[in-house]
Amino acid sequence: MMKTWQKRNRGEAIRSWIGWMIFIIALSAAWAPIARETQWEFLPTAPREGIDLLSRMFPPKWSIFPTLLKPLMDTIHIATLGTGLAVVLAFPLCWLAAGNTTPHKSLRYLALFIIASSRSISSFIWAFVFVMIVGPGMLAGILAIAVRSVGFMAKLSYEAIEEIAPEPVEALEAMGASRAQVRAFSILPQVVPAMLGICVFRWDINVRESAVIGYVGGGGLGLLLNSAINALYWREACLILLLVFALVLISEAVSAKLRARIAEW
Amino acid sequence: MATRTWQRPSKGWWDRPAGRWAIGITIVVYLVIALQAIDINFARIARGWARLFEVGVGTQTEVVGQKIGEILRGLGESLAMAVIATPLGILLAIPIGFGAAHNVSTKWVYYICRSITVLSRGFHEIVIAILLVKMVGFGPLAGVLTLAIATVGFYGKLFAEAIEESDGSVREAVQASGAGWLQQMVFGIIPQVKPRMIGLGLYRLDINVRESTVIGVVGAGGIGATLETTFDRYEYVASAVILALIIGLVFALEAGAGWIRRRYL
Repeated sequence: MMKTWQKRNRGEAIRSWIGWMIFIIALSAAWAPIARETQWEFLPTAPREGIDLLSRMFPPKWSIFPTLLKPLMDTIHIATLGTGLAVVLAFPLCWLAAGNTTPHKSLRYLALFIIASSRSISSFIWAFVFVMIVGPGMLAGILAIAVRSVGFMAKLSYEAIEEIAPEPVEALEAMGASRAQVRAFSILPQVVPAMLGICVFRWDINVRESAVIGYVGGGGLGLLLNSAINALYWREACLILLLVFALVLISEAVSAKLRARIAEW
Repeated sequence: MATRTWQRPSKGWWDRPAGRWAIGITIVVYLVIALQAIDINFARIARGWARLFEVGVGTQTEVVGQKIGEILRGLGESLAMAVIATPLGILLAIPIGFGAAHNVSTKWVYYICRSITVLSRGFHEIVIAILLVKMVGFGPLAGVLTLAIATVGFYGKLFAEAIEESDGSVREAVQASGAGWLQQMVFGIIPQVKPRMIGLGLYRLDINVRESTVIGVVGAGGIGATLETTFDRYEYVASAVILALIIGLVFALEAGAGWIRRRYL
């Protein structure tokens, strides 16, 4: 019998088939509760509601623009101070978490646990925690942004530390440098560009988040967005959204430019 | 004769003493200005802190007992939303990604698809959720659509970048054998970017699970609304249980994603 070419052999074909079956079963299992909880009678009116919403939003109410400048600055402050605070917290953490620089294995696992917990919770939920403790306002927003960013920055930084070239470390060790000297003169110079890039990248994400974190009590533009929407002032909400959109685009462009500069050295 | 000592060559203005001072002073001035914008209400912090200890732990654990069913249902709904929204979003993002990759697209399609990804990424999930809840009503359907829309922007952009980085000569070889555009994509591009597609999909699933725990705050389904209530009522043991469950869920997903990566990538 002639053999024809096949992409997969029998075992691979069966495994691929099982994979797809699991995928389909997971999808149907996930769909069941969503279908049950959805009020389907609202779906047919969605296009009409959407057009209605747009007609209420346009034209945006430009007259409130001057009152938005202070919250706009607050938003940038929340992102920047939050990022700054996160840098201060993440810097020691990443040295503890990197396998090649950690003082002790147990400290490494503790650091990894802190990093993973910080990353698992969105900054909005962290904002709830801090609004409960320090009250609504910029401070809660800054703390929330910082706590969420710590894990992100420490994770990427410790991965950078683990990927350094070993030769400069060996050279300094051969000259009799102490552990602190090895870190300061051979590991740190290798990871500083990566760390700066990570900071700028996270700052850009944080601007995106701080623009709306006020919605749950974190200060900045989100606070006004919340009150505008609650009062159904859609034309004001529209202007705020446009401002947020512009802010996000600008911060992304700035961040991309800075990171390209950092990557050049 | 004056002896010359070795000096580290500077990399730019920011690496020379004057530049370093300038950067340092700028940072200090910024901190002074920005910190003044935060109004820290110490009385509120003291009150918030005190309230944490007001409610007895006995009552707190009772609350957890009463709410555990609601909590697990909410978490399950969050997970289900992410499981449905991720493949849905990716399915929509794939054609947009091809359109937004300049090496396989035409000028006008490129601009349209790029605008779609920019528009989707310019708005935070919370904002998209607010608008969709207005359109399709409260419930998990709004959440699924929100996460799917956010996935389109994220996945479309990164998928387009993967296509742009792919090796053009493979596609050329397929083209030389007389293949049309679609065949070139399926046989010349997709095999090259497939590992990246799977990796990005897993990454986005991870993000979607985290976001799905938040968007309930604005009525888009999942655990968010329950979580917000526990914070508002200072039921902090219940809040802590929910946070721990979210962290556990994200841990489990990360372990699963790691397993898939090791197997298939």
